[in-house]
Amino acid sequence: MLRYTLRRLLGAIPTLFLVIVLAFLLVHAAPGGPFDDERTLPAEIEANIAAAYHLDEPLPMQFLRYLTGVMQGDFGPSYSYRDYTVSELIGRSFPVSVQLGILAMLLAAVSGVSLGVVAALNRHSALDKIVMGFAMTGISIPVFVIAPVLVLFLAVKLQWLPASWTGSEGALRLLLPVLSLALPQIAYIARLTRASLIEVLSSDFIRTARGQGLGTAAIVRYHALKPAMLPVLSYLGPAVAAVLTGSVVVEEIFGIPGLGQLFVRGSLNRDYTLVLGVVIFYAMLIVLLNLIVDLLYGAIDPRIRRR
Amino acid sequence: MKTIRLLPVILVTLAGAAVMLNACSNGANDREASPTGRPVLNRALSTEPESLDPQKGRSVQAADVLRDIGEGLVTYDAAGNLVPGTAESWEIAADGLSYTFRIRADARWSNGDPVTAADFVSGLQRLVDPATAAFYAAEIGTVVNAEAIVAGKMDPAELGVAATDERTLVISLVRPTPYLLSLLTHSSTFPVHRGSVDQHGAQFARAGNLVSNGAYVLADWEPGAVIELHRNAHYWNDAGTSIDVVRHHVVTQELAEFNRYRAGELHVTSTVPPENFEQIRADYADQLHIAPTLGVYYYGFNMTRPPFADNPELRQALSMAIDREVLVEAITGRGEAPAYSWVPPGIHNYDPVQLPYAGLSRQEREAIAQSLYRKAGYGKNNPLRFELRYNTSDTQQRIALAVQAMWRKVLGAEATTVNVEFQVLLDQMRNREVTEVFRSSWFGDYNDANTFLAIMQSDSAANMPGYSNPEFDALMQSAGEQLDLDRRRLYLEEAERVLLADHAVIPLYFYVSKHLVKPEVGGWQDNILNYHYSQHLSLGAAGQDGRP
Repeated sequence: MLRYTLRRLLGAIPTLFLVIVLAFLLVHAAPGGPFDDERTLPAEIEANIAAAYHLDEPLPMQFLRYLTGVMQGDFGPSYSYRDYTVSELIGRSFPVSVQLGILAMLLAAVSGVSLGVVAALNRHSALDKIVMGFAMTGISIPVFVIAPVLVLFLAVKLQWLPASWTGSEGALRLLLPVLSLALPQIAYIARLTRASLIEVLSSDFIRTARGQGLGTAAIVRYHALKPAMLPVLSYLGPAVAAVLTGSVVVEEIFGIPGLGQLFVRGSLNRDYTLVLGVVIFYAMLIVLLNLIVDLLYGAIDPRIRRR
Repeated sequence: MKTIRLLPVILVTLAGAAVMLNACSNGANDREASPTGRPVLNRALSTEPESLDPQKGRSVQAADVLRDIGEGLVTYDAAGNLVPGTAESWEIAADGLSYTFRIRADARWSNGDPVTAADFVSGLQRLVDPATAAFYAAEIGTVVNAEAIVAGKMDPAELGVAATDERTLVISLVRPTPYLLSLLTHSSTFPVHRGSVDQHGAQFARAGNLVSNGAYVLADWEPGAVIELHRNAHYWNDAGTSIDVVRHHVVTQELAEFNRYRAGELHVTSTVPPENFEQIRADYADQLHIAPTLGVYYYGFNMTRPPFADNPELRQALSMAIDREVLVEAITGRGEAPAYSWVPPGIHNYDPVQLPYAGLSRQEREAIAQSLYRKAGYGKNNPLRFELRYNTSDTQQRIALAVQAMWRKVLGAEATTVNVEFQVLLDQMRNREVTEVFRSSWFGDYNDANTFLAIMQSDSAANMPGYSNPEFDALMQSAGEQLDLDRRRLYLEEAERVLLADHAVIPLYFYVSKHLVKPEVGGWQDNILNYHYSQHLSLGAAGQDGRP
């Protein structure tokens, strides 16, 4: 197990190296530099700034300097937040994004499945039509429309909830962003659950269970729900991805100091070190998560346990 | 199949983590910063300051916050008039080459230390020191030895700034600089507390480390969200401050900002969304503040490439064919003024020169434009084809499409609109390789015509068109040598006349500042600089001016 983990971790190094090289080349290939502005600077000042950030060195030199830093855990200073280092910025914003993403996924899973079950059990009824209508709307309307509409009604008109992250100090400020992020996922999951449950409910073993005199509630709980969840569970992977990318928009709208907002600001300002830092951080995260999942495979199913 | 079974386990783990995180972050947010009862002013910044180090800040937004936490020798009152700041008085030598400032006896840093002339010397030396890599290092280029220090040829200690005693500061210049006092209001010229710079180095501008001399002190900075300032009890004019806590919220989206204002989370917005401006004007008439400001929106010609190099008549034809009134009324529509000069109206001690055709009617302008266009060798069968480049944005696009239509209708010229990302446009403007006509803008750094005219000098880095006219350069040079302010003004006006006659740029409109200000905010005064110091504001009952 330990040897396997070590092997996997060592195997990740070339992957990460490739990510760093590609990301480094791409950010530097983008036209414009981190300190370009409409108020162009005199040449001497530009030279001083370039020297302060080693931007005057040839690209291979800059790359080596950067790589050496990364290997020591130093992602360098941010260009667009001159008082902070990239590591500090990621350290501050990552917990915020994680919190947002996890809460949105939880909300989506729980309410999506519940709505789907309700719709499946009341097939073709008015309730079913309402739930599915809601789901269709949730899927069709993008986050950047849903979020402002939610703000307009719940924060501006009714004034029940804060309109932004800094509008309140407590957990209330999470509600609208989480809801905006979760709504499309709730809709997808509800539709998946409904379709899958209906299919399962019409299968032979359910008919047998009915024949034995079991009630609907018991059938759903003990026999139908588990197999019906399979397509839903396999959808959770893409859903996590959707929530992560969707959070960029939500963070902008609600002014949430998360990783997504940092990434957008970094890209628009050509903040090379910030963009690279976030990309490498994401890459490491994915490598690590994959490893954990593979290790858990082995822990749960002895047949694929590695030597 | 195996993944699927794992997922519930992972979900539960994640749920636990989320709850824990939530608990942590709630704890962290129980700041003692804004206990109920203390007045808190919530205002918006359209982008986050890149630094709150006075010498390293660059953006308008950084300066907005820095004006709250620091103070220069000179400052502005609520109406935008120059008034004594940390210096209580000053004398200017007869030759205009030496300024002697007297620092207030009661000027204090936020930790209680006295603010001395030596602190200003440190700040200015730090500004020109190449190691600081300050964006505004060239602003004080007329101070003795400043240019050589910025270029790395001299030690920062050689800067022509001296503290003759604790409270007396002498600034020596290489040539008269009538706008020096305005420069000394800018955050880049603020003093620095040497002790904390030495102690904290690169982390000097952090909450808890930053010692400042303004009405407020940095209490907390959550990057991407909010900058919180607390009243500085040691500030010399603390008695004049009314609001205890100021929170500068970072709000990048205009519509989100408007919603936050309506939800009562902001007292002051940084702008007003263009989408439903008419509605806002009707619904918030008493809260909407529109005022002229020091900014010009222009289209520039690439003066180094055909077809516009060496073709002043063609440039004039394109300039005359644009109906600026239609642009500001139908397209921008937020109170902007059509631009017939390069320097905006309302600037201190200056009378902007008008484009020669400003007084003509639209028909007359169009007739002249058409004849100039034909004279340049273009016509119906041989239309001028060129590219108009602008940075991707709704407003820029609408303006570009309108101008494109005007050129086509009046002249028959075929402009292709090309939109690129802002950083890409900057790169292309500076390289002058692909640009033909491009969109740009310029905002004044201080209230003097020089800040607009100087960028059109041949050697200016911000001269995007690549304009170069020895006559213009000579006039600017002469203006810089004048001691008499009236004569200096005449030279500057003549320089603008030359610039406009060359049609290197098409000024389209002058920017306005746009704010929504809640009725309970007192002390707000519109001004051309668009500076609104928090120390001049107060919070009272709605509908009243709550100034003490």
